[in-house]
Amino acid sequence: MSEPSFGSAEVAPATSAEPHSREPSQVPAPRPGPVDDDVSVTAEPNAPRHRSEGQGPGDRGPDDRPTLLGGGGGLPRRRRFGPEPLFRGFTTASGTAVLVIIAAIATFLIVKAIPALRADKANFLTYYQWFPDPSQADQPSKFGIGALAFGTVLTSALALLVAVPVALGIALCLSHYAPRRLATGLGFVIDLLAAVPSIIFGLWGREYLVQPVRGLSTWLHKYFAWIPLFGGDGPYGKSILLGSLVLAIMVLPIVTSLSREVFRQTPAMNEEAALALGATKWEMVRTAVIPYGRPGLIASVMLGLGRALGETIALALVLGSTFNVTFDILNSGGNTIAANIANHFGDAQDIGRGALIASGLVLFAITLVVNMIARGIVYRRREFVGSAT
Amino acid sequence: MAKRIEAVGVTAYYGSFKAIDDINMVIEPKSVTALIGPSGCGKSTFLRSINRMHEVLPGAYVEGKLTIDAQDIYGRDVDVTAVRRLIGMVFQRPNPFPTMSIYDNVVAGLRLNGLRRKSALDDACEKALRAANLWEEVHTRLSRPGAGLSGGQQQRLCIARAIAVEPQVVLMDEPCSALDPISTLAIEDLITELKNQYTIVIVTHNMQQASRVSDRTAFFSIDKTGDPGRLIEYAETAKIFTNPSVKRTEDYITGRFG
Amino acid sequence: MTTLSEPTLSIASELQVRRLPRWVPYAAAAGAAILAYLIFYVGKVMGGGWALTAVGAVLIFLIGLLAVSGVVEGRRAATNRVATTLIYAAFTLALLPLISVVATLVDKGRTRLDADFFNHSMRNITAFDEGGGAYHAIIGTIEQAGIATLITVPLGIAGAIYIVEYGRGRLANAIRFFVDVMTGIPSIVAGLFILAFWVLLVSPHLSSNGRASYSGFAAALALAVLMLPTVTRSSEEMLRLVPPPLREGAYALGIPKWKTILRIVLPTALPGIVTGVMLAVARAAGETAPVLLVAGGTDSINMSPFAGNQMSLSIYIYQQAGVAATHNYGVNRAWTAALTLVALVLALTIAAKLLARRSKLK
Repeated sequence: MSEPSFGSAEVAPATSAEPHSREPSQVPAPRPGPVDDDVSVTAEPNAPRHRSEGQGPGDRGPDDRPTLLGGGGGLPRRRRFGPEPLFRGFTTASGTAVLVIIAAIATFLIVKAIPALRADKANFLTYYQWFPDPSQADQPSKFGIGALAFGTVLTSALALLVAVPVALGIALCLSHYAPRRLATGLGFVIDLLAAVPSIIFGLWGREYLVQPVRGLSTWLHKYFAWIPLFGGDGPYGKSILLGSLVLAIMVLPIVTSLSREVFRQTPAMNEEAALALGATKWEMVRTAVIPYGRPGLIASVMLGLGRALGETIALALVLGSTFNVTFDILNSGGNTIAANIANHFGDAQDIGRGALIASGLVLFAITLVVNMIARGIVYRRREFVGSAT
Repeated sequence: MAKRIEAVGVTAYYGSFKAIDDINMVIEPKSVTALIGPSGCGKSTFLRSINRMHEVLPGAYVEGKLTIDAQDIYGRDVDVTAVRRLIGMVFQRPNPFPTMSIYDNVVAGLRLNGLRRKSALDDACEKALRAANLWEEVHTRLSRPGAGLSGGQQQRLCIARAIAVEPQVVLMDEPCSALDPISTLAIEDLITELKNQYTIVIVTHNMQQASRVSDRTAFFSIDKTGDPGRLIEYAETAKIFTNPSVKRTEDYITGRFG
Repeated sequence: MTTLSEPTLSIASELQVRRLPRWVPYAAAAGAAILAYLIFYVGKVMGGGWALTAVGAVLIFLIGLLAVSGVVEGRRAATNRVATTLIYAAFTLALLPLISVVATLVDKGRTRLDADFFNHSMRNITAFDEGGGAYHAIIGTIEQAGIATLITVPLGIAGAIYIVEYGRGRLANAIRFFVDVMTGIPSIVAGLFILAFWVLLVSPHLSSNGRASYSGFAAALALAVLMLPTVTRSSEEMLRLVPPPLREGAYALGIPKWKTILRIVLPTALPGIVTGVMLAVARAAGETAPVLLVAGGTDSINMSPFAGNQMSLSIYIYQQAGVAATHNYGVNRAWTAALTLVALVLALTIAAKLLARRSKLK
């Protein structure tokens, strides 16, 4: 006669169907709440122990213990290899995958970069030119990211300089000024624009923006040559100005989208308090909206910066690919770390590839720092008041 | 210096929905008037139409005449921000500006109006905080965030902020509903003091509060759901609560409905 | 008790303020336009040209409005008007290039929207030939993005489950923080990583001739590296939105935690998670740099992502755009491929957003 065994010592020993005898419960009663200890308890009492309990597959662990509720203090034993610990282990491993990947990226990039760096006869951080694979065997490899890093920072800075005020203006317009329907529709469109691949912007910039920028460069040089930025006297073509403008247009939708979310989250009662004090609309924005959203805005700008720093293909299409450090943004030229990789990857040999990887490592480090700062700002603020992003 | 408010045929809409219909009442200076009535009958709507906050919502507008000392605030050439400067408002939930210190909160209205001299701002801040019975508690930490105070203190901070610009009228929309009884009592005491200088209109759900603090009481109600709110009876507080003229008022006061 | 004294501050208590009549801003705009036209377009001050005229008109309008309003209405109202104008101006300014991009895409993309384009590859087609298509590129994009999704989705959702349901303490915080940080990693870095790791190190062991090889699978790996943080993050947010009482009810019934997650929490959050995945796929499909580095690119159709170079729409665009020829054949192909890619990406993005709107949790 097979009877469910309740694990208490008074009950008759289990029949042959039961492989193990139940021991007195050593497990605390289950409570509602996240079950941290790996106890599997089903809601079905009286399920005969030789049938798998419940409807789910895999309810039985390798121990094949029946899990029953009931009086007499019979509670199931903690399973070491049941579905719960397996599942938990799997999710933990997946979670740590991201950390592993970051470490792997750093490791492999460093490993591949070191031989090239060793072969480099010039100072990697300051040298301007790029000759990792010299055409003649006895010539030394000399390459450095001086010009590349400078170009990366300059193009990104200019792009943000142009894009951020405009993005904030649009975001404010959509969150506080435009009529509701229009704002929702346009917000949707801007979100879509943020999804457009960057190569499209590069293509467009090369086709359509070169002429206008040439005109702009001529004009700037004619009337504002006293500003060092505009000192170049031609030829004008693919220049840092063009690259920065393309970057600006690319970064615009993202910064707008994020900023709009930030502005929309201003508590209405703070806005009303400002209005009730007799503020004009702009004063209300200045007093209640912008201060409240400042951390979120900074985070949005830094995320835009991160994106600009890493932009590759669009800049490869519109920059002139020279290796000099100059504040002249009008003349043809300009280069960034990422664009350089895209341009030279095809014809790079061993050391060349290693050199490109080394430059990529530097880019990785820079963007990592920028993103960490941005996220740090958001996290610190989240505890305080809680805003977007 | 407090002003006399007169409402003539005030009707307020949210888009096409009429929220209150044909409100006529006179509020004397330096008095406390309580607006009572069941939920949704237009008390807050009427209150917000006094300082033209009703029209902040898209599609909302007000018809009729509302005069402050015989000047119609809904007149053609009236500057809305000037109206709101003259009429202060305290909201249901305390809402100090979270990014500003206590000091900055109190003088926010003054700064908006162009007052910059530090000494003048300091004096005004102290005066307002004393008037709001908050000075003793916070004068050593004026540069701390306004949001770090308790609920009752925050509400008193909002009152200080409102009266720092020296309005003529102070409107209060259920100012104590989010507070504990002790803070409520403190604010009720404050209202009794403030009425020596300001005209105060307060919306409240708490009839005992209305009977404690107000000189006159206005009872609003609606006929059925979807109807606009109307002013049913307006009289001395003592009369409303002991011997109301209209039966509906009596029903509400005695708890037979609402 | 406090003492209240009479007000001492002088704040104007006039309600009646002079306001500018309604027609003044429009008149000012018209006046500014005419003035700018005369000065810049006709008079050719500072070079002339319509762009300068437009900018000049806006500036003149702003200055004029500021002056007139300041005198009549007061400083604060004037500032308010100027701020409002600037905000709307920023809006219009940004619309111009964005509209131009979209218009260009549609206009130039139309040229090669023919059956040939979608059925043929570039095999035996040179830069000087008119024909050719992107069939091989489309296959490549779909396969690479598909494999990347298959890798990322289980890992990402499982990771999110760990963060939300199991993670306590420093490990979970570290994972959360770095997932956020990794969403911003430049795509080319992911490409370099897979280049260094998979192509250069691992693939020689896997290939028949012992040499490093490019493949669509390598591209899929790079895309997975990019997608994983995004999918994890958005899944995490969706899981957090599931109300705790839902879980607690299940625990109270004695349902094990893992079952609760799989059967109750996950299905509730699923629409939001699917949205996040679709957005990640849309981004991955458009990536050029990482795929360029490790997939190699080819002119022929390669159905297998595991063996040999493969093409993708994004590399195709880059390659065709870089081709210099007199008849713009390459550029035309590039634009049509661009239109195809954008259509694909936007279809996914729009579908994702519509799904998000209908889902109850969002």
